[in-house]
Amino acid sequence: MKTKLSLSVVIYPIAFLLLLLTLWQTADWLWEIPRILLPSPGEIISVSIKRVDDLLSATLITAQAALSGFALALLLGTTLGLLFSVSKIARRGVYPYMIFLQTVPIVAIAPLIIIWFGGGMASIVVIVTVISLFPIVTNVTTGLRSVDTGLLDLMTLYRAAPYQVLLKVRLPNAIPYLVTGAKISSGLTIVGAVIGEYMAGHGIDEQGLGYYIFMSSQNFQTEVLFASIFLSSLLGVTMVTTVTVISQTLLARWTFQLER
Amino acid sequence: MTIPISMPQKPAITIDDLSIQYNTTTVLDSVSCDIPVGQWVSIVGPSGCGKSTLLRCVAGLANPTTGMVQLGCKQPAFVFQDPTLLPWRTVADNIQLPLELEEQSSENRSERVLKVAQLVGLEAADIDKYPRELSGGMRMRVSIARALVMNPNALLLDEPFAALDEILRQQLNQELLHIWQTQQMTVLFVTHNVSEAIYLSQRVLVLDANGTICGDVAIDLPADRVPAIRDTPLFLEKTAAVTRILQEGL
Repeated sequence: MKTKLSLSVVIYPIAFLLLLLTLWQTADWLWEIPRILLPSPGEIISVSIKRVDDLLSATLITAQAALSGFALALLLGTTLGLLFSVSKIARRGVYPYMIFLQTVPIVAIAPLIIIWFGGGMASIVVIVTVISLFPIVTNVTTGLRSVDTGLLDLMTLYRAAPYQVLLKVRLPNAIPYLVTGAKISSGLTIVGAVIGEYMAGHGIDEQGLGYYIFMSSQNFQTEVLFASIFLSSLLGVTMVTTVTVISQTLLARWTFQLER
Repeated sequence: MTIPISMPQKPAITIDDLSIQYNTTTVLDSVSCDIPVGQWVSIVGPSGCGKSTLLRCVAGLANPTTGMVQLGCKQPAFVFQDPTLLPWRTVADNIQLPLELEEQSSENRSERVLKVAQLVGLEAADIDKYPRELSGGMRMRVSIARALVMNPNALLLDEPFAALDEILRQQLNQELLHIWQTQQMTVLFVTHNVSEAIYLSQRVLVLDANGTICGDVAIDLPADRVPAIRDTPLFLEKTAAVTRILQEGL
Protein backbone atom coordinates (compact mmCIF):
# COMPACT_ATOMS: atom_id res chain seq x y z
CA MET A 1 0.00 0.00 0.00
CA LYS A 2 2.80 2.35 1.03
CA THR A 3 4.86 1.44 -2.08
CA LYS A 4 1.84 2.08 -4.28
CA LEU A 5 1.40 5.49 -2.69
CA SER A 6 5.11 6.33 -3.07
CA LEU A 7 5.06 5.34 -6.75
CA SER A 8 1.97 7.43 -7.42
CA VAL A 9 3.73 10.42 -5.90
CA VAL A 10 6.48 10.07 -8.52
CA ILE A 11 4.57 8.67 -11.51
CA TYR A 12 1.78 11.28 -11.76
CA PRO A 13 4.03 14.36 -11.84
CA ILE A 14 6.37 12.69 -14.37
CA ALA A 15 3.43 11.71 -16.57
CA PHE A 16 2.09 15.26 -16.41
CA LEU A 17 5.53 16.70 -17.28
CA LEU A 18 5.87 14.39 -20.31
CA LEU A 19 2.39 15.39 -21.48
CA LEU A 20 3.24 19.09 -21.12
CA LEU A 21 6.56 18.71 -22.99
CA THR A 22 4.82 16.78 -25.81
CA LEU A 23 2.15 19.47 -26.17
CA TRP A 24 4.82 22.19 -26.07
CA GLN A 25 6.96 20.48 -28.75
CA THR A 26 3.86 19.84 -30.91
CA ALA A 27 2.77 23.48 -30.59
CA ASP A 28 6.25 24.55 -31.76
CA TRP A 29 6.02 22.31 -34.83
CA LEU A 30 2.49 23.41 -35.66
CA TRP A 31 2.82 27.18 -35.19
CA GLU A 32 6.60 27.69 -35.53
CA ILE A 33 6.81 29.91 -32.47
CA PRO A 34 9.91 32.20 -32.63
CA ARG A 35 12.79 30.83 -30.54
CA ILE A 36 13.22 34.21 -28.87
CA LEU A 37 9.69 33.99 -27.43
CA LEU A 38 9.38 30.31 -26.65
CA PRO A 39 12.06 27.83 -27.72
CA SER A 40 10.92 24.22 -28.01
CA PRO A 41 11.98 21.64 -25.40
CA GLY A 42 14.24 20.08 -28.03
CA GLU A 43 16.02 23.40 -28.64
CA ILE A 44 16.46 24.02 -24.92
CA ILE A 45 17.94 20.54 -24.46
CA SER A 46 20.20 20.97 -27.47
CA VAL A 47 21.61 24.33 -26.27
CA SER A 48 21.93 22.99 -22.73
CA ILE A 49 24.02 20.05 -23.98
CA LYS A 50 26.27 22.42 -25.89
CA ARG A 51 26.80 24.60 -22.80
CA VAL A 52 26.68 21.83 -20.24
CA ASP A 53 30.03 22.75 -18.64
CA ASP A 54 29.06 26.41 -18.15
CA LEU A 55 25.62 25.55 -16.79
CA LEU A 56 26.87 22.88 -14.40
CA SER A 57 29.61 25.17 -13.13
CA ALA A 58 27.01 27.95 -12.62
CA THR A 59 24.73 25.51 -10.77
CA LEU A 60 27.56 24.52 -8.43
CA ILE A 61 28.43 28.15 -7.72
CA THR A 62 24.79 28.98 -6.94
CA ALA A 63 24.57 25.88 -4.74
CA GLN A 64 27.74 26.93 -2.92
CA ALA A 65 26.34 30.43 -2.25
CA ALA A 66 22.99 29.00 -1.16
CA LEU A 67 24.57 26.46 1.19
CA SER A 68 26.94 29.02 2.73
CA GLY A 69 24.11 31.48 3.33
CA PHE A 70 21.89 28.70 4.65
CA ALA A 71 24.56 27.53 7.11
CA LEU A 72 24.99 31.11 8.32
CA ALA A 73 21.21 31.53 8.64
CA LEU A 74 20.98 28.30 10.66
CA LEU A 75 23.77 29.42 12.98
CA LEU A 76 22.55 32.99 13.37
CA GLY A 77 18.87 31.99 13.50
CA THR A 78 19.43 29.41 16.24
CA THR A 79 21.55 31.86 18.24
CA LEU A 80 18.91 34.60 17.93
CA GLY A 81 16.17 32.08 18.78
CA LEU A 82 18.09 31.13 21.93
CA LEU A 83 18.51 34.79 22.83
CA PHE A 84 14.81 35.54 22.25
CA SER A 85 13.77 32.51 24.29
CA VAL A 86 15.77 33.53 27.36
CA SER A 87 15.50 37.32 27.20
CA LYS A 88 12.14 39.04 27.12
CA ILE A 89 13.93 42.37 26.59
CA ALA A 90 15.75 41.04 23.51
CA ARG A 91 12.55 39.46 22.18
CA ARG A 92 10.49 42.60 22.61
CA GLY A 93 13.26 44.94 21.49
CA VAL A 94 14.68 43.15 18.47
CA TYR A 95 11.89 40.88 17.21
CA PRO A 96 9.76 43.71 15.69
CA TYR A 97 12.77 44.65 13.54
CA MET A 98 13.09 41.05 12.39
CA ILE A 99 9.50 41.28 11.15
CA PHE A 100 10.30 44.65 9.56
CA LEU A 101 13.30 43.11 7.79
CA GLN A 102 11.11 40.28 6.57
CA THR A 103 8.50 42.63 5.08
CA VAL A 104 11.03 44.67 3.06
CA PRO A 105 11.47 43.07 -0.40
CA ILE A 106 14.89 41.49 -0.74
CA VAL A 107 15.48 43.33 -4.07
CA ALA A 108 15.17 46.59 -2.12
CA ILE A 109 17.74 45.55 0.50
CA ALA A 110 20.14 43.85 -1.94
CA PRO A 111 21.69 47.09 -3.31
CA LEU A 112 22.47 48.20 0.23
CA ILE A 113 24.13 44.85 0.97
CA ILE A 114 26.16 45.17 -2.25
CA ILE A 115 27.29 48.67 -1.21
CA TRP A 116 28.39 47.34 2.18
CA PHE A 117 29.92 44.03 1.15
CA GLY A 118 30.96 44.77 -2.44
CA GLY A 119 30.01 42.86 -5.60
CA GLY A 120 30.68 39.14 -5.51
CA MET A 121 30.26 36.06 -3.35
CA ALA A 122 30.23 37.85 0.05
CA SER A 123 27.20 39.96 -0.87
CA ILE A 124 25.40 36.98 -2.40
CA VAL A 125 25.91 34.91 0.76
CA VAL A 126 24.65 37.79 2.93
CA ILE A 127 21.55 38.17 0.72
CA VAL A 128 20.88 34.42 1.08
CA THR A 129 21.31 34.68 4.86
CA VAL A 130 18.96 37.66 5.13
CA ILE A 131 16.21 36.03 3.04
CA SER A 132 16.38 32.69 4.87
CA LEU A 133 16.91 33.91 8.43
CA PHE A 134 13.38 34.82 9.51
CA PRO A 135 11.66 31.39 9.29
CA ILE A 136 14.50 29.86 11.31
CA VAL A 137 14.44 32.53 14.03
CA THR A 138 10.65 32.42 14.46
CA ASN A 139 10.46 28.64 14.50
CA VAL A 140 13.41 28.11 16.85
CA THR A 141 12.06 30.77 19.23
CA THR A 142 8.65 29.09 19.23
CA GLY A 143 10.20 25.64 19.75
CA LEU A 144 12.32 26.77 22.68
CA ARG A 145 9.41 28.55 24.34
CA SER A 146 6.52 26.17 23.69
CA VAL A 147 7.67 23.39 26.00
CA ASP A 148 5.01 21.32 27.76
CA THR A 149 4.65 22.88 31.23
CA GLY A 150 4.55 19.38 32.72
CA LEU A 151 8.09 18.77 31.48
CA LEU A 152 9.26 22.06 32.97
CA ASP A 153 7.59 21.12 36.27
CA LEU A 154 9.43 17.83 36.13
CA MET A 155 12.75 19.63 35.70
CA THR A 156 11.87 21.96 38.60
CA LEU A 157 11.07 18.94 40.78
CA TYR A 158 14.47 17.47 40.12
CA ARG A 159 16.13 20.85 40.65
CA ALA A 160 17.61 20.90 37.17
CA ALA A 161 20.02 23.74 36.45
CA PRO A 162 19.00 26.17 33.67
CA TYR A 163 21.62 24.67 31.33
CA GLN A 164 20.17 21.19 31.96
CA VAL A 165 16.66 22.43 31.14
CA LEU A 166 18.03 23.93 27.93
CA LEU A 167 20.00 20.86 26.87
CA LYS A 168 17.58 18.15 27.94
CA VAL A 169 14.21 19.74 27.25
CA ARG A 170 14.17 23.04 25.38
CA LEU A 171 16.68 22.30 22.62
CA PRO A 172 15.32 18.81 21.80
CA ASN A 173 11.82 20.27 21.82
CA ALA A 174 12.93 22.97 19.34
CA ILE A 175 14.41 20.52 16.80
CA PRO A 176 11.13 19.79 14.92
CA TYR A 177 10.48 23.54 14.81
CA LEU A 178 14.00 24.17 13.52
CA VAL A 179 13.43 21.57 10.80
CA THR A 180 10.15 23.24 9.79
CA GLY A 181 11.92 26.61 9.60
CA ALA A 182 14.86 25.07 7.72
CA LYS A 183 12.50 23.52 5.15
CA ILE A 184 10.96 26.92 4.38
CA SER A 185 14.37 28.62 4.37
CA SER A 186 16.06 26.00 2.20
CA GLY A 187 13.74 26.87 -0.68
CA LEU A 188 14.29 30.57 -0.11
CA THR A 189 18.09 30.19 -0.25
CA ILE A 190 17.99 29.58 -4.01
CA VAL A 191 15.75 32.62 -4.49
CA GLY A 192 18.29 34.66 -2.48
CA ALA A 193 21.29 33.24 -4.34
CA VAL A 194 19.76 33.89 -7.78
CA ILE A 195 18.74 37.46 -6.82
CA GLY A 196 22.20 38.04 -5.34
CA GLU A 197 23.95 36.76 -8.46
CA TYR A 198 21.56 38.69 -10.68
CA MET A 199 22.50 41.92 -8.91
CA ALA A 200 26.01 41.31 -7.58
CA GLY A 201 27.34 38.42 -9.61
CA HIS A 202 29.02 40.53 -12.27
CA GLY A 203 32.71 41.16 -12.62
CA ILE A 204 33.74 38.05 -10.69
CA ASP A 205 35.59 35.02 -12.00
CA GLU A 206 32.88 32.43 -11.51
CA GLN A 207 29.27 33.22 -12.32
CA GLY A 208 26.21 31.47 -10.94
CA LEU A 209 22.77 30.82 -12.37
CA GLY A 210 21.49 34.30 -11.44
CA TYR A 211 24.16 35.84 -13.64
CA TYR A 212 23.22 33.49 -16.50
CA ILE A 213 19.56 34.47 -16.08
CA PHE A 214 20.54 38.14 -16.24
CA MET A 215 22.87 37.78 -19.27
CA SER A 216 20.64 35.43 -21.26
CA SER A 217 17.64 37.76 -20.83
CA GLN A 218 19.79 40.73 -21.91
CA ASN A 219 21.05 38.83 -24.99
CA PHE A 220 17.70 37.15 -25.80
CA GLN A 221 19.23 33.67 -25.33
CA THR A 222 15.88 32.29 -24.25
CA GLU A 223 17.08 28.65 -24.33
CA VAL A 224 19.80 29.43 -21.76
CA LEU A 225 17.25 31.40 -19.73
CA PHE A 226 14.92 28.37 -19.64
CA ALA A 227 17.80 26.02 -18.75
CA SER A 228 18.93 28.35 -15.94
CA ILE A 229 15.39 28.62 -14.55
CA PHE A 230 15.03 24.83 -14.65
CA LEU A 231 18.37 24.30 -12.89
CA SER A 232 17.47 26.89 -10.23
CA SER A 233 14.21 25.06 -9.54
CA LEU A 234 16.04 21.76 -9.42
CA LEU A 235 18.47 23.21 -6.88
CA GLY A 236 15.58 24.46 -4.76
CA VAL A 237 13.90 21.05 -4.81
CA THR A 238 17.22 19.39 -3.95
CA MET A 239 17.72 21.71 -0.99
CA VAL A 240 14.22 21.07 0.42
CA THR A 241 14.54 17.32 -0.20
CA THR A 242 17.93 17.19 1.53
CA VAL A 243 16.54 18.92 4.63
CA THR A 244 13.55 16.54 4.60
CA VAL A 245 15.79 13.47 4.31
CA ILE A 246 18.06 14.66 7.14
CA SER A 247 14.95 15.32 9.23
CA GLN A 248 13.59 11.82 8.60
CA THR A 249 16.88 10.00 9.20
CA LEU A 250 19.45 11.71 11.42
CA LEU A 251 16.86 13.73 13.35
CA ALA A 252 14.05 11.15 13.30
CA ARG A 253 13.89 10.67 17.08
CA TRP A 254 13.01 14.35 17.50
CA THR A 255 10.96 14.94 14.36
CA PHE A 256 8.75 11.85 14.29
CA GLN A 257 5.59 13.91 14.81
CA LEU A 258 6.19 16.07 11.73
CA GLU A 259 4.02 15.23 8.75
CA ARG A 260 5.81 12.88 6.37
CA MET B 1 17.23 9.14 86.35
CA THR B 2 15.33 9.93 83.26
CA ILE B 3 13.27 7.15 81.88
CA PRO B 4 13.64 7.02 78.11
CA ILE B 5 10.36 7.33 76.38
CA SER B 6 9.70 6.51 72.73
CA MET B 7 9.11 9.80 70.96
CA PRO B 8 6.51 9.77 68.16
CA GLN B 9 8.18 9.85 64.76
CA LYS B 10 8.22 13.20 62.95
CA PRO B 11 5.57 13.25 60.18
CA ALA B 12 6.83 12.75 56.64
CA ILE B 13 4.79 15.76 55.51
CA THR B 14 3.34 18.54 57.66
CA ILE B 15 0.89 20.95 56.06
CA ASP B 16 0.37 23.92 58.36
CA ASP B 17 -2.48 26.42 57.86
CA LEU B 18 -1.85 26.52 54.14
CA SER B 19 -3.86 28.89 51.94
CA ILE B 20 -3.53 29.78 48.30
CA GLN B 21 -5.21 32.70 46.62
CA TYR B 22 -5.02 33.68 42.97
CA ASN B 23 -6.19 37.31 42.72
CA THR B 24 -9.54 37.20 44.51
CA THR B 25 -10.06 33.46 44.17
CA THR B 26 -9.30 31.26 47.16
CA VAL B 27 -8.06 27.87 45.97
CA LEU B 28 -7.05 26.41 49.34
CA ASP B 29 -8.20 27.76 52.68
CA SER B 30 -6.31 27.06 55.94
CA VAL B 31 -5.44 23.45 55.19
CA SER B 32 -3.59 21.69 58.00
CA CYS B 33 -2.69 18.03 58.35
CA ASP B 34 0.15 15.67 59.15
CA ILE B 35 1.04 12.74 56.93
CA PRO B 36 2.84 10.15 59.08
CA VAL B 37 5.81 8.23 57.75
CA GLY B 38 4.83 5.18 55.76
CA GLN B 39 1.13 6.03 55.54
CA TRP B 40 -0.91 6.06 52.33
CA VAL B 41 -3.19 9.09 52.45
CA SER B 42 -5.63 9.93 49.68
CA ILE B 43 -7.18 13.32 48.99
CA VAL B 44 -10.60 13.39 47.38
CA GLY B 45 -12.85 16.30 46.53
CA PRO B 46 -14.96 17.84 43.80
CA SER B 47 -13.32 19.08 40.59
CA GLY B 48 -11.50 22.38 41.06
CA CYS B 49 -11.38 22.17 44.87
CA GLY B 50 -7.58 22.45 44.93
CA LYS B 51 -6.51 18.79 45.34
CA SER B 52 -3.79 19.01 42.72
CA THR B 53 -2.75 22.47 43.88
CA LEU B 54 -2.24 21.09 47.40
CA LEU B 55 -0.06 18.32 46.00
CA ARG B 56 1.91 20.81 43.90
CA CYS B 57 2.46 22.89 47.03
CA VAL B 58 3.87 19.87 48.85
CA ALA B 59 6.16 19.21 45.87
CA GLY B 60 7.33 22.83 45.80
CA LEU B 61 5.76 23.48 42.40
CA ALA B 62 3.32 26.06 43.78
CA ASN B 63 3.86 28.68 46.44
CA PRO B 64 1.36 29.10 49.28
CA THR B 65 -0.04 32.56 49.95
CA THR B 66 0.10 31.85 53.66
CA GLY B 67 1.05 28.81 55.74
CA MET B 68 3.76 26.30 55.00
CA VAL B 69 4.71 22.74 54.11
CA GLN B 70 7.41 20.97 56.09
CA LEU B 71 9.04 17.81 54.85
CA GLY B 72 10.33 15.24 57.30
CA CYS B 73 11.77 13.24 54.44
CA LYS B 74 13.91 13.95 51.39
CA GLN B 75 12.32 15.59 48.34
CA PRO B 76 9.28 13.46 47.44
CA ALA B 77 8.89 12.08 43.94
CA PHE B 78 5.90 13.21 41.88
CA VAL B 79 3.77 11.34 39.36
CA PHE B 80 1.70 13.67 37.19
CA GLN B 81 -1.74 13.03 35.74
CA ASP B 82 -0.09 12.77 32.30
CA PRO B 83 2.99 10.57 32.06
CA THR B 84 5.06 13.69 31.05
CA LEU B 85 7.66 11.64 29.22
CA LEU B 86 10.22 13.16 26.90
CA PRO B 87 9.04 11.82 23.52
CA TRP B 88 12.51 11.87 21.95
CA ARG B 89 13.96 9.65 24.69
CA THR B 90 13.64 5.91 25.01
CA VAL B 91 11.97 4.34 28.04
CA ALA B 92 15.37 3.75 29.68
CA ASP B 93 16.49 7.32 29.01
CA ASN B 94 13.24 8.68 30.42
CA ILE B 95 13.55 6.63 33.59
CA GLN B 96 17.14 7.64 34.18
CA LEU B 97 16.53 11.37 33.66
CA PRO B 98 16.56 12.25 37.40
CA LEU B 99 19.83 10.32 37.83
CA GLU B 100 21.32 12.13 34.84
CA LEU B 101 20.36 15.48 36.35
CA GLU B 102 22.22 14.42 39.50
CA GLU B 103 25.14 13.47 37.24
CA GLN B 104 25.33 9.91 38.56
CA SER B 105 27.61 7.45 36.78
CA SER B 106 26.17 5.64 33.77
CA GLU B 107 26.88 2.25 35.37
CA ASN B 108 24.83 3.12 38.44
CA ARG B 109 22.09 4.57 36.24
CA SER B 110 21.71 1.44 34.12
CA GLU B 111 21.52 -0.74 37.19
CA ARG B 112 18.83 1.41 38.84
CA VAL B 113 16.82 1.70 35.61
CA LEU B 114 16.63 -2.07 35.20
CA LYS B 115 15.65 -2.53 38.82
CA VAL B 116 12.76 -0.02 38.83
CA ALA B 117 11.61 -1.04 35.36
CA GLN B 118 11.22 -4.57 36.67
CA LEU B 119 9.47 -3.27 39.79
CA VAL B 120 6.76 -1.51 37.77
CA GLY B 121 6.25 -4.44 35.42
CA LEU B 122 8.15 -3.22 32.36
CA GLU B 123 9.80 -5.92 30.30
CA ALA B 124 13.37 -5.82 29.03
CA ALA B 125 12.07 -5.46 25.47
CA ASP B 126 10.25 -2.25 26.41
CA ILE B 127 13.36 -0.48 27.66
CA ASP B 128 14.56 0.63 24.23
CA LYS B 129 11.15 1.67 22.94
CA TYR B 130 9.99 5.25 22.56
CA PRO B 131 6.93 6.49 24.51
CA ARG B 132 4.89 6.65 21.28
CA GLU B 133 5.32 2.90 20.91
CA LEU B 134 3.72 2.21 24.29
CA SER B 135 0.11 2.02 25.46
CA GLY B 136 -1.27 4.56 27.98
CA GLY B 137 -0.83 2.10 30.84
CA MET B 138 2.77 1.34 29.89
CA ARG B 139 3.58 5.02 29.64
CA MET B 140 2.23 5.53 33.14
CA ARG B 141 4.38 2.64 34.34
CA VAL B 142 7.42 4.44 32.88
CA SER B 143 6.38 7.60 34.69
CA ILE B 144 6.11 5.72 37.99
CA ALA B 145 9.48 4.04 37.36
CA ARG B 146 11.05 7.46 36.79
CA ALA B 147 9.60 8.63 40.11
CA LEU B 148 10.98 5.56 41.90
CA VAL B 149 14.44 5.64 40.36
CA MET B 150 15.70 8.13 42.95
CA ASN B 151 14.64 5.75 45.71
CA PRO B 152 12.31 8.31 47.31
CA ASN B 153 10.72 7.77 50.70
CA ALA B 154 7.62 9.77 49.77
CA LEU B 155 5.56 9.65 46.61
CA LEU B 156 3.05 12.26 45.45
CA LEU B 157 0.53 10.92 42.93
CA ASP B 158 -1.75 13.35 41.09
CA GLU B 159 -4.58 11.27 39.61
CA PRO B 160 -2.12 9.12 37.69
CA PHE B 161 -4.75 6.66 36.47
CA ALA B 162 -7.48 9.14 35.52
CA ALA B 163 -7.07 8.52 31.80
CA LEU B 164 -6.97 4.71 32.02
CA ASP B 165 -9.78 2.20 31.68
CA GLU B 166 -11.19 0.57 34.82
CA ILE B 167 -9.51 -2.83 34.44
CA LEU B 168 -6.08 -1.36 33.82
CA ARG B 169 -6.67 1.12 36.61
CA GLN B 170 -7.37 -1.67 39.11
CA GLN B 171 -4.36 -3.63 37.90
CA LEU B 172 -2.08 -0.63 38.34
CA ASN B 173 -3.63 0.10 41.75
CA GLN B 174 -2.67 -3.40 42.83
CA GLU B 175 0.88 -2.99 41.51
CA LEU B 176 1.23 0.38 43.18
CA LEU B 177 0.07 -1.09 46.49
CA HIS B 178 2.69 -3.80 46.14
CA ILE B 179 5.39 -1.19 45.48
CA TRP B 180 4.23 0.86 48.48
CA GLN B 181 4.38 -2.17 50.73
CA THR B 182 7.80 -3.33 49.52
CA GLN B 183 9.41 0.13 49.38
CA GLN B 184 7.82 1.36 52.64
CA MET B 185 7.08 4.80 51.32
CA THR B 186 4.76 7.58 52.41
CA VAL B 187 2.17 8.21 49.71
CA LEU B 188 -0.05 11.23 49.14
CA PHE B 189 -2.54 10.32 46.45
CA VAL B 190 -5.00 12.65 44.74
CA THR B 191 -8.03 11.12 43.08
CA HIS B 192 -11.67 11.92 42.39
CA ASN B 193 -12.56 8.24 42.65
CA VAL B 194 -13.83 7.51 46.18
CA SER B 195 -13.72 3.73 45.78
CA GLU B 196 -10.10 3.87 44.58
CA ALA B 197 -9.13 6.15 47.46
CA ILE B 198 -10.62 3.80 50.05
CA TYR B 199 -9.17 0.69 48.48
CA LEU B 200 -5.64 2.09 48.45
CA SER B 201 -5.46 4.22 51.57
CA GLN B 202 -5.16 4.07 55.30
CA ARG B 203 -6.70 7.50 55.54
CA VAL B 204 -8.82 9.69 53.25
CA LEU B 205 -8.87 13.48 53.46
CA VAL B 206 -11.92 15.16 51.92
CA LEU B 207 -11.64 18.68 50.51
CA ASP B 208 -14.81 20.72 50.06
CA ALA B 209 -15.58 23.07 47.19
CA ASN B 210 -13.98 25.98 49.13
CA GLY B 211 -10.63 24.21 49.45
CA THR B 212 -10.98 23.34 53.12
CA ILE B 213 -10.53 19.91 54.68
CA CYS B 214 -14.05 18.89 55.65
CA GLY B 215 -13.39 15.24 56.46
CA ASP B 216 -10.56 13.02 57.68
CA VAL B 217 -11.63 9.39 57.52
CA ALA B 218 -9.48 6.53 58.85
CA ILE B 219 -9.71 3.47 56.60
CA ASP B 220 -9.28 0.55 58.96
CA LEU B 221 -9.57 -2.15 56.35
CA PRO B 222 -7.28 -5.20 56.52
CA ALA B 223 -3.72 -4.40 55.43
CA ASP B 224 -3.81 -7.06 52.75
CA ARG B 225 -5.90 -5.37 50.05
CA VAL B 226 -7.37 -7.77 47.53
CA PRO B 227 -10.12 -6.91 45.01
CA ALA B 228 -12.68 -8.93 46.99
CA ILE B 229 -12.40 -6.38 49.79
CA ARG B 230 -14.49 -4.01 47.69
CA ASP B 231 -17.56 -6.16 48.38
CA THR B 232 -17.20 -6.22 52.16
CA PRO B 233 -19.68 -4.28 54.35
CA LEU B 234 -16.85 -2.26 55.91
CA PHE B 235 -15.63 -1.09 52.49
CA LEU B 236 -19.16 -0.11 51.46
CA GLU B 237 -19.67 1.67 54.78
CA LYS B 238 -16.46 3.69 54.33
CA THR B 239 -17.44 4.52 50.74
CA ALA B 240 -20.82 5.76 51.93
CA ALA B 241 -19.21 7.82 54.70
CA VAL B 242 -16.70 9.55 52.38
CA THR B 243 -19.38 10.12 49.72
CA ARG B 244 -21.68 11.70 52.31
CA ILE B 245 -18.92 14.11 53.45
CA LEU B 246 -18.19 14.94 49.81
CA GLN B 247 -21.85 15.73 49.12
CA GLU B 248 -22.09 17.89 52.24
CA GLY B 249 -19.00 19.80 51.12
CA LEU B 250 -20.34 20.71 47.69
